[in-house]
Amino acid sequence: MVSRFYSVLLFMALMLAPLTGQAQEANLEINTPAIANIKQSMQNRHTQLVQYYTSGAVGLTQDGMVTMRDANAVPLAQRQAVNTLVAAENQDRAALYREIARANNHPEWESKIRATFGQRWTNLARPGWWYQAGGAWKQK
Amino acid sequence: MMNNNLPSNMLPVMMGLFLSACVTINIYFPAAAAEKAADKIIEEVWQLDREKKDE
Repeated sequence: MVSRFYSVLLFMALMLAPLTGQAQEANLEINTPAIANIKQSMQNRHTQLVQYYTSGAVGLTQDGMVTMRDANAVPLAQRQAVNTLVAAENQDRAALYREIARANNHPEWESKIRATFGQRWTNLARPGWWYQAGGAWKQK
Repeated sequence: MMNNNLPSNMLPVMMGLFLSACVTINIYFPAAAAEKAADKIIEEVWQLDREKKDE
């Protein structure tokens, strides 16, 4: 009876809870040790990966990852090494998106952060690099 | 007895409001801030500033 009334009050309080998410708008937190580590690891790997972006062997996917686009552009002897680079890069990228969401106390943002990165990697890609758009490969 | 009917009628409405409030979390995803953060990280990982200076 009276407790019913309190349960309604509780519901109303819960309704307001999600609104507190608005508070943190201005900037995303990206300066954590975990994110710095991933960034450093990706920056080091990029010096090896960049030649394969340029040759078109590796392309940027729509979901913020990288993939072997044209294995024939890589000499057979190097192919395994490139696959390893791509796998390691994707592991770091997934961890990066997860860590940014976690650092901002919104683990559920991970997929949106991934989608945002997907767009921005493509946008900032150098001329000649390949990226996926609407299921097709395109060249910058 | 107190007016037992009102809360039990209200519960589905409350649930609906609560769920729709949850959806607003997505609306408040800070898209502009996320883009800014992404650009900053990408510029560092790809060292875009340095490459530009080299050109």
